[in-house]
Amino acid sequence: MENLPAIERTIEAIVAAKQSLPGALLPILHEIQDGLGYIPSESVPRIAKALNLSRAEVHGVITYYQHFRQIPPGRHVLRVCCAEACQAVGGEALAEHARLRLQGSDLTLEPVYCLGLCACGPALQIDETTLHARVTPQKFDALVDALEVDP
Amino acid sequence: MNAYVKACGETDFGTPQKVPEGTQSAGAGGLCMSGTPLRGQATAILEIDGVSVTVPAGTSLMRAAAEAGVMVPRLCATDSLEAFGSCRLCLVEIEGRRGFPASCTTPAEAGMKVRTQSPQLAKLRRNVMELYISDHPLDCLTCSANGNCELQTMAGVVGLRDVRYGMTGVNHFTDSVTDDSNPYFSFDPGKCIVCNRCVRACEEQQGTFALTISGRGFESRVAAGQSESFMNSECVSCGACVNVCPTATLMEKTVIDKGQAEHSVITTCAYCGVGCGFRAEMQGSDVVRMVPWKDGRANEGHACVKGRFAWGYATHPDRVTKPMIRAKITDPWCEVSWEEALRHTASEFRRIQAKHGRNSIGGIVSSRCTNEEGYLVQKLVRAAFGNNNVDTCARVCHSPTGYGLKQTLGESAGTQTFKSVEKSDVIVVIGANPSDGHPVFASRLKRRVREGAQLIVIDPREIDLVNSPHIKAAHHLKLKPGTNVAVLSAMAHVIVTEGLLDEDFIAERCEDKAFADWREFVVRPTNSPEALEGASGVPAAEVRGAARLYARAGNGAIYYGLGVTEHSQGSTAVIAIANLAMATGNVGREGVGVNPLRGQNNVQGSCDMGSFPHELPGYRHVSDTLTRELFERDWGVVIQPEPGLRIPNMLDAALDGSFLGLYCQGEDPAQSDPNTTHVTAALAAMECVVVQDLFLNETAKYAHVFLPGASFLEKDGTFTNAERRISRVRRVMTPLTGMADWEVTMALSKALGYEMHYAHPSEIMDEIGRLTPTFAGVNYEKLDAAGSLQWPCNDDAPEGTPTMHVGQFVRGKGRFLITQYVPTDEKITRRFPLLLTTGRVLSQYNVGAQTRRTANADFYGADLLEIHPHDAEERGIRDGDRVGVESRVGSTTLPVSITERVQPGVVYTTFHFPESGANVVTTDNSDWATNCPEYKVTAVQVSRLVGA
Repeated sequence: MENLPAIERTIEAIVAAKQSLPGALLPILHEIQDGLGYIPSESVPRIAKALNLSRAEVHGVITYYQHFRQIPPGRHVLRVCCAEACQAVGGEALAEHARLRLQGSDLTLEPVYCLGLCACGPALQIDETTLHARVTPQKFDALVDALEVDP
Repeated sequence: MNAYVKACGETDFGTPQKVPEGTQSAGAGGLCMSGTPLRGQATAILEIDGVSVTVPAGTSLMRAAAEAGVMVPRLCATDSLEAFGSCRLCLVEIEGRRGFPASCTTPAEAGMKVRTQSPQLAKLRRNVMELYISDHPLDCLTCSANGNCELQTMAGVVGLRDVRYGMTGVNHFTDSVTDDSNPYFSFDPGKCIVCNRCVRACEEQQGTFALTISGRGFESRVAAGQSESFMNSECVSCGACVNVCPTATLMEKTVIDKGQAEHSVITTCAYCGVGCGFRAEMQGSDVVRMVPWKDGRANEGHACVKGRFAWGYATHPDRVTKPMIRAKITDPWCEVSWEEALRHTASEFRRIQAKHGRNSIGGIVSSRCTNEEGYLVQKLVRAAFGNNNVDTCARVCHSPTGYGLKQTLGESAGTQTFKSVEKSDVIVVIGANPSDGHPVFASRLKRRVREGAQLIVIDPREIDLVNSPHIKAAHHLKLKPGTNVAVLSAMAHVIVTEGLLDEDFIAERCEDKAFADWREFVVRPTNSPEALEGASGVPAAEVRGAARLYARAGNGAIYYGLGVTEHSQGSTAVIAIANLAMATGNVGREGVGVNPLRGQNNVQGSCDMGSFPHELPGYRHVSDTLTRELFERDWGVVIQPEPGLRIPNMLDAALDGSFLGLYCQGEDPAQSDPNTTHVTAALAAMECVVVQDLFLNETAKYAHVFLPGASFLEKDGTFTNAERRISRVRRVMTPLTGMADWEVTMALSKALGYEMHYAHPSEIMDEIGRLTPTFAGVNYEKLDAAGSLQWPCNDDAPEGTPTMHVGQFVRGKGRFLITQYVPTDEKITRRFPLLLTTGRVLSQYNVGAQTRRTANADFYGADLLEIHPHDAEERGIRDGDRVGVESRVGSTTLPVSITERVQPGVVYTTFHFPESGANVVTTDNSDWATNCPEYKVTAVQVSRLVGA
């Protein structure tokens, strides 16, 4: 909890900078998640007050989008594509393999619905920075091993 | 039985009624009116299942069908909410069009041929229902909604016989935990069909936005706040969500406990001056629940936490049901028969009068009792006591309204209906906190603001209307307590000097000379916002902005409350408000006006009924010989031509030894009146204090006779709300004491030797109508037929008068009066450096005698002193500390809430709990015209308690 004031400062600055934008809610939520990795529940009253919304409304938006997290993510975030094209080439099995492999890990697994790699699924994204195509369980394990050894 | 007609006989048309465009407000120059849904002016003729129907264009097919007598199955639609189109049960076929549009969201168009039944539609609906039921428990027989469940009804209507997906859907009921945090209703997500009605009711009807849908798809769940308990969320417990829930998901705990009602009675709420219509749902003489009445014109199917849920006090064990007497106030009470109590009272009153003169006794009319009861008490005083010593608690709340509006406009009452606000473009709220004090009206007001009307708040404190979900005041004039007149005069200055007057209106409708004098007065530089900025603390630019906005509104309406009246210049401020309305032509049509938000259920009525010492019923002065003769002939007595004593005069006279007997019906001056020490000393000095109340209240501590009262559930009568609306109160249970209050007054009168003869309150109303021109057309038969009537109701206005002063003012020409700002004598000093002001909260009502005896105490269980962080820090006070509050007349202690809602230099508290003693510190300063106490301004010091 030592860093709570810092988190509050970040939220405060983001809300202040963006609150007068038209449709400010999504830009604020994105920036908070980009900055902190998640949207702390404590930020909701602050956002609601600034935008003349209720806490419930802000909460409804956060929970509607898969993208927004309410708890801090692990060291890295791995997104396995669960959309139709990847499902057709073993995406579900990969997702299940990933779930078992990452139990107890400090890496976060999330489903994602289409990464635009439909021609060469199953697809995987790491930290919104790298994309991997035709991911097999073996390839997945290798990628995870590397992440675990080398932060 | 028709599946679409509820047990109570109300039909649900599915979607709201469309108002033809011609009746909407014309709108104001440049104001945003886009929020108002456009309704076609024309009507559409179409055919539904072969039946021809004519509706305003824009009406949904579902509603058009209902009006043609054809009901379309539906789950997410109900006529108190805008159509949503999510349940897919109300699909129809339209000739010449493809597909199956939802009838709730498809507007009727001329020439349409619609089919609501076909084999294909039946199959579709059954399939949809199958999906719903695959995910809903089948415990219908033991479910609390059994007998009143729309899901069950619709399953029956579509002929559901089989669920191919199994009936053990896991999404909703295996992992769900019932939320019982709210004391009045439970939330069982396992029964939820996610129709969104509750979320929409919270948004559209109540305007709190406390509910949402969290997640998406199969994970969609109704959530309060941030998926927390209802009690921890923003929920204000108005019950709108419970009311619209088609299943047992949101259900009153009383229904869960007792089951569904077997009959119901329409009656009127006994809390605030909004006067909501309710359907008391009953099992025998047991109330099962109170449901807001859709056809109640004051509330149109909405309610608040008090009227909806806090009625349990009526059968609380604290109720006293036997009369009691005692010789001295230090003696224990002794239960006696009604006969003995009344004989004793009568003999005491006659003894006092024999020894100290006719004027040594008096009575107080309750603003919580019915019109008929108020009328009887003043009749008792004038006819049986033989004096005019009768007053009512309006003395301490809206007496300045009576005076100020009578002087300027000619009638002592608000000018509009509540519904009128739906046509306002700019709304000024001054010295009122509707979202706490008049919540059902606040919901209407907020809805109008969401539609685009602008809001100006004039209040020392940041009330919820200043900034809450989807509501933001264009201007908040955060004035210092006690400076309303300065701000209102400054607004008038701006309106006159900037050429914003409605010259035509003034020339046609107002007195020339009075207007010229007023104009000369307000243009003086001393009345400019700049000159008064120092006194009021409001930046001149804000005042100018607010004045311009109001003056340029197409329809500008002013709503005000006790924050205006309860001041040494209360009457002046009311006059200043009337001046503003006349100056800008904002009187005499819908959407405008001067609207006092009256405090109590029947404070308007008690004033109308002649409960002031100077006025007979209908606001006619006792010095008027013709009026007096009218009553003298009817009553067979001589009425004194001189006004009697006001409450403060009675108390002073008690201390002088010249006023020694008081009949106090349904009022608690020892808690509610200012300067408690003075009040209680006066009461203690009297020889016979008679208290008639539900409970042993604070005043009863000084009483010699206690006459047990009857609650609103136990009697027939009428209440008159803030919009002059007379509504029926109907008896749903026999009086616990054996007698309703009007019967007690009659019996007391008889014991005093003046017999009254009424078999039923309707006969009292007949007498009121016979003797009072503004009520001439009011009787129970007409009230029962019309639902309610707004006075004046007579030959000139047989259906009543929704809007007053149309065409001309009641007094003929409107009269401007000069409103010189005079600072109150209650000034801050080094010893008392803070100004204390008072108000109330949503969940508690006035002295709390009723609400404290309900689970409303869970929402607000003690009075708090709000203090600004700067003032708190200066005194070393932390949030939650108990602090001493001292004024020049008394001191008390209160727990502290540190908040920026109040400005530096101002502290605020409520007066719901006797132990808080808020009125121990308030002073006996009062309004110059009416003696209304200055509750809103008391110089105090706040200090940390030693050892705290």
